[in-house]
Amino acid sequence: MSAILAKQRVKEEQEMRNVYCQCLLELAGKDPRVVVLDADLMSSMGMVPFGKAYPARTFNVGIQEANMIGVAAGLSATGKIPFAHSFAPFASRRCFDQIFLSCGYANLNVRIIGSDPGVTAAFNGGTHMPIEDLGILRTVPNITLLEPTDSIMLRDLVKQTAGLYGVYYIRLLRKNAIRIYEEGSTFEIGKAVEVKDGSDVTIIATGIMVEEALKAANILAIEGINARVLNMFTLKPIDKAAIIRAAQETGAIVTAENHNIINGLGSAVAEVIAENVLVPLERVGVNDHFGEVGPQNYLQEKFGLTAVNIVDKVKKAVARKL
Amino acid sequence: MLSKEKIREMETLALNIRMETMKAFGNLGFGHVGGALSIVDTLAVLYGVEMNIDPKNPDWEDRDWLICSKGHAGPAIYSSLALKGYFPLEELQTLNKPGTKLPSHCDKNLTIGIDMTTGSLGQGASLAVGVALGHKLDQRSNYTYLILGDGECQEGQVWEAVLYAAQVKLDNLITFVDHNKKQLDGYVKDINDMGEIKGKFESFDWYAQEVDGSNVAEIFEAVEKAKAQKGKPSVIVLNTVKGQGWSFAENTVSNHHMTVSPEQMEEALQELEQKLKKVVQS
Repeated sequence: MSAILAKQRVKEEQEMRNVYCQCLLELAGKDPRVVVLDADLMSSMGMVPFGKAYPARTFNVGIQEANMIGVAAGLSATGKIPFAHSFAPFASRRCFDQIFLSCGYANLNVRIIGSDPGVTAAFNGGTHMPIEDLGILRTVPNITLLEPTDSIMLRDLVKQTAGLYGVYYIRLLRKNAIRIYEEGSTFEIGKAVEVKDGSDVTIIATGIMVEEALKAANILAIEGINARVLNMFTLKPIDKAAIIRAAQETGAIVTAENHNIINGLGSAVAEVIAENVLVPLERVGVNDHFGEVGPQNYLQEKFGLTAVNIVDKVKKAVARKL
Repeated sequence: MLSKEKIREMETLALNIRMETMKAFGNLGFGHVGGALSIVDTLAVLYGVEMNIDPKNPDWEDRDWLICSKGHAGPAIYSSLALKGYFPLEELQTLNKPGTKLPSHCDKNLTIGIDMTTGSLGQGASLAVGVALGHKLDQRSNYTYLILGDGECQEGQVWEAVLYAAQVKLDNLITFVDHNKKQLDGYVKDINDMGEIKGKFESFDWYAQEVDGSNVAEIFEAVEKAKAQKGKPSVIVLNTVKGQGWSFAENTVSNHHMTVSPEQMEEALQELEQKLKKVVQS
């Protein structure tokens, strides 16, 4: 793994969905086993070019997420490598039993793409706002849960999963991400990336919260707190070693996720430190609420998914140090 | 047309499947008797004649696939597989025992010859559509057979899959609905009536037939007609009796899951042996 940090963290020019489509086009060109499924969201996902390029390998089942997951699992039983997409609440909550049994328990080979994580669902509102998807799916044995942070990581992870076997859930921002990594960076599934070193506290973040964590670390530096920032882009299997090391070396942890703090990153990290190294833990995330409609920045403020809130939680955690 | 000899062969296989299944249930003391026995004649047609399979090479790429979405009929399929030589008959006695390769519901990762893991009703339908699509993509000429229960057709996912199978013209998918009229809690018509099943499939643009599900010749002819259909998936609604072949089970109203005492097993085996004698003599 060699992840090089971007010199400037700015909004990317390309939307994540377009990068995803390009990746799939490249993969499909190289491997005839790659197939794409969707449940009437090809246009929303920017996948129309794929459908045009590979019509025989594109299965838009219409508005039937449960059937889509089953069909994907069935296709994989014949050796195909399916990538099935819907909005994250429908790609997880709506078809949990199909993911659990038809994919997981049956030991089949399926990639599920859940788009618009958490508050990035913005104007689609509460019905479309997945604050629980990772929490639900974390209970599927052997599933791998990924949340690519920017298009560089997205490209690398999507390509990696195509060559692996199992059930993969990729929680995918459709819009423009903030560029965190330099072109050419590679990532190891299951290994956290240290985005910033630090000795006083560790902020463990995922998705859009990585950028907030970095902003928080800058604010904290001015106040004399040297925060380490880890990007835990793989929620499962979680990088226990990195968490234990962070606990031992920095003595306090704050998690930051665009998800319910119940059964998401905060819970997963709490499990690791409770069983290994007890240090103060504070969790930033949606505090057991349903989503609601509004612009993303409003929702981030409303649910406390901000650098300012991370700074507050860091101070609490540091104050609780033994 | 089927020769008398061929019919006798399938009827004999059906009775042997029933006997082996009852031995396994009897040895265990309980099981999904009703829905396992009702599908046996179709299994005899599939494993006896129709399916292109090789027990010595269970993962053969060009084989026909069988996905039993009503996964609780697993024990009847295990008997068929053992009789075909996929694994020793003695293994049937391990049904549901700790560490067994023969669980109550079909599991492709445990049992040699089982093509798909099923048990949560409705899911086998989508899986079968995916498998049939995969074979089409590979331009294989093999068939995917799917077995659904009539009660199972209450699941919405069945109709999602049925709708899409027609959209993608899966003429390599042949579905059976085991219309044994009953589900766990009683008669389908009393709980949530499926009404006219054949007509429902027709309205989804499937080629639909209805046959006597205890008549191997009728089932065979229906499968042949289904294979001749191009451009649409096929369904064969099987008129069956839940618990078919063991009169005590047939006459028990609540026969989805039953206890089977050693005496009852003996009684069932005697009844089936009598029938077997008749078939052999005919």
